[in-house]
Amino acid sequence: MPASDTPSVTRRSAMAGAAASAAAASLPPVALAQAPSAAAPAGALEAPVTATLSLTVNGEAQSLELDTRTTLLDALREHLHLTGTKKGCDHGQCGACTVILDGKRVYSCLTLAVMHEGDAVTTIEGLGRPDSLHPMQAAFVKHDGYQCGYCTPGQICASVAMLEEIKAGIPSHVTADLTAAAQTTAEEIRERMSGNICRCGAYSNILDAITEVAERQA
Amino acid sequence: MKPFTYERARSPAEAAAAAARRPGAKFIAGGTNLLDLMKLQIEVPAHLIDVNGLALDKVEPTPEGGLRIGALVRNTDLAADERVRRDYAVLSRALLAGATGQLRNKATTAGNLLQRTRCPYFYDTAQPCNKRQPGSGCAAIGGFTRPLAVIGGSEACIATNPSDMAVAMRALDAVVETVRPDGTTRSIPIAEFHRLPGGTPHIETALEAGELITAVTLPPPAGGRQFYRKVRDRASYAFALVSVAAVVQRDGTGRVALGGVAHKPWRVEGAEAELRRGAKPAMAAILDGARPTPENAFKLALAERTLASVLAEARG
Repeated sequence: MPASDTPSVTRRSAMAGAAASAAAASLPPVALAQAPSAAAPAGALEAPVTATLSLTVNGEAQSLELDTRTTLLDALREHLHLTGTKKGCDHGQCGACTVILDGKRVYSCLTLAVMHEGDAVTTIEGLGRPDSLHPMQAAFVKHDGYQCGYCTPGQICASVAMLEEIKAGIPSHVTADLTAAAQTTAEEIRERMSGNICRCGAYSNILDAITEVAERQA
Repeated sequence: MKPFTYERARSPAEAAAAAARRPGAKFIAGGTNLLDLMKLQIEVPAHLIDVNGLALDKVEPTPEGGLRIGALVRNTDLAADERVRRDYAVLSRALLAGATGQLRNKATTAGNLLQRTRCPYFYDTAQPCNKRQPGSGCAAIGGFTRPLAVIGGSEACIATNPSDMAVAMRALDAVVETVRPDGTTRSIPIAEFHRLPGGTPHIETALEAGELITAVTLPPPAGGRQFYRKVRDRASYAFALVSVAAVVQRDGTGRVALGGVAHKPWRVEGAEAELRRGAKPAMAAILDGARPTPENAFKLALAERTLASVLAEARG
């Protein structure tokens, strides 16, 4: 059978379909978020509020209508279907959701999408493509800088922006002389990447990958 | 998160007035602490006022020879500012000892001052907490107290202030500038900005309802050698067990503020005369009246030894 006749079912679309039918079977038509809360504080709203938002993601202009509660992470994953950015802890403790916002690395789980009108976001999908990897992506492959891969998009976005921070002269906790230019030593890279956790423990290979890119850029 | 309405503020005074008009309103800037707490429903604002568009993101010299730091200056940018690195190194060091690169890129100067405690009982909504739910009691007292306050606590609360930046600002005699809902402005010395818990631990600062921080002013450089030494359970991205912010002059005089020990950055100006006699008498005076628990009494010895290490480096 020619490949083009095969229905394109990915693991993700199969799981999404299963989740949608399960939800349809078990939930009443009114969303749970609208159920009255017994312990609502004074002035509390019960109905969701929506807002419109325009921003640029990986070079493409996007317009969205979102619940104000939507984090930048959920806007990327659930609304723009850019699922390369991962949700780990959802509380700014793990780094899996790291994206590059107007040139700076941030945790996309700890910022609201509506706060980013007009901003430019780069996700792992915007750094490189399978046929044209970003040098940091290629270095992670070469040095085996992962096991399960879940933290990898965040590690790569964080490390790309981190090297720019060193170039811009931003010091770190381990920079010995605050008035001198920071160096790309192993100690500096480890400290500056402490906001990205790898539960598989691929740290030494992640360090090798970042070091190679840093040395090539120097 | 609970639903909320959202607006973008156009000026500091309008933001303050808008906050006073809406019960349950909160300002949002970096959002790194507020959104974490909103997801846990520890904070449940009905309205958010986004202040990011206000032009409060500059570090400028003052006529007196100090620096005026806009409320929205990000922690990364403040730590990297050449004047701060050169003349207020204790502040740069404190900022760099806190959080992670991603958080420092978002977190603001004013937001850092307004960080809520990381007391585990404040975060656990199944537990009583006078700070989260006034009058409900304190599960920390008699509970797991290792990270909690050793001085300045009350029968209602033994939480600590988590900020590193504020400890350095306390050593530097910073002043917090604000605008109130009626448009008037005022200057609050940092010593008076954070409160001890007393019977109202949910009231953490001197700010009135709707009052917005616009800047933090630093006096002219204090000179000397400046240190921020933070002791924590892991080498990076952890809150302080104890931290010491110090400005030490050539003649051995100086200033010391402590983090990780109290509900506010802890400084006792009257104890600083003891600094020339060494860390032991100085820390005994700074922590006079401490009421540690068996679990966190180690902080007293740790604070003394951390100060001893700083004074040794200052002499060397």
